[in-house]
Amino acid sequence: MVSVKKIVLDVLKPHQPNALDFSRAVAEVGGDYRVHLTVIEVDESTETLLMTVEGSAIDFDAIQSTISELGASLHSIDEVEVQGEPDSV
Amino acid sequence: MNLLQQSRFLLGISDTHGIARRYFVVNGFDGALTMLGLIIGFLVSESASIEVVINACLAAAIALGMSGVSSAYVSEVAERKRDLGKLEEAMITDLEHTAHGEAARRVPVLIAIVNGLAPLVLSLLILVPLWLANAGINLPVQPLHAAIAIALLLVFLLGVFLGRIAEISWLRSGVQTLLIAVVTVVLIYLFTG
Repeated sequence: MVSVKKIVLDVLKPHQPNALDFSRAVAEVGGDYRVHLTVIEVDESTETLLMTVEGSAIDFDAIQSTISELGASLHSIDEVEVQGEPDSV
Repeated sequence: MNLLQQSRFLLGISDTHGIARRYFVVNGFDGALTMLGLIIGFLVSESASIEVVINACLAAAIALGMSGVSSAYVSEVAERKRDLGKLEEAMITDLEHTAHGEAARRVPVLIAIVNGLAPLVLSLLILVPLWLANAGINLPVQPLHAAIAIALLLVFLLGVFLGRIAEISWLRSGVQTLLIAVVTVVLIYLFTG
């Protein structure tokens, strides 16, 4: 079994929801998610973010879905950390 | 997310908290001053029964409520669509099925409700003494005078609310709006009395 432990995402989002609410919404996707968000660039209507999500087993599809629901776009996956674990018998 | 939380979220994501607040004050003020004007008009006339006063004021309150709902809805639908279009251009994507799209559809309804309920509820509060008197309950003052006092109190409270928003003296702000109501009363007496 393989678990995603960390992903770093490049995201473009509107100004609302703000960085704090956006991070909270992503953190709420998983029980133990830790979200670190840096605003890289601010334009008239949008913000470019570098968002790091850490957790014991990250559900990437659910995170992507939350990002889309909030009106943001995932531009790229910049970094990942994946751990393989032996299947328990 | 319950209805209140969802409403807050949608107003927040569309950055329309201020608009809803402004509509509440503007149309609430409209409602209170219209009732004040009508009641003073009846007081000056001195011939209408309390039932006639209630019916006339209630009809005006309902009309104000309907006007508030419809005008705010029509204008806010256009504004939200325009804002969503501009955001879609900036994001280079369709936002129809996102929280922003949902806000563009639901926020006009929320703002319309605020804009319609503000004058209606304030007007109904002003009419309470008239209903009580009509139901045979004895009031310590004349029902029309009590209604005027409630109208002035509500106008003062709207000023207090504005003062708290602007983070200035609530008393000064309340007295300012109260003065506007007093000037209205004087003008009505000047032109009708």
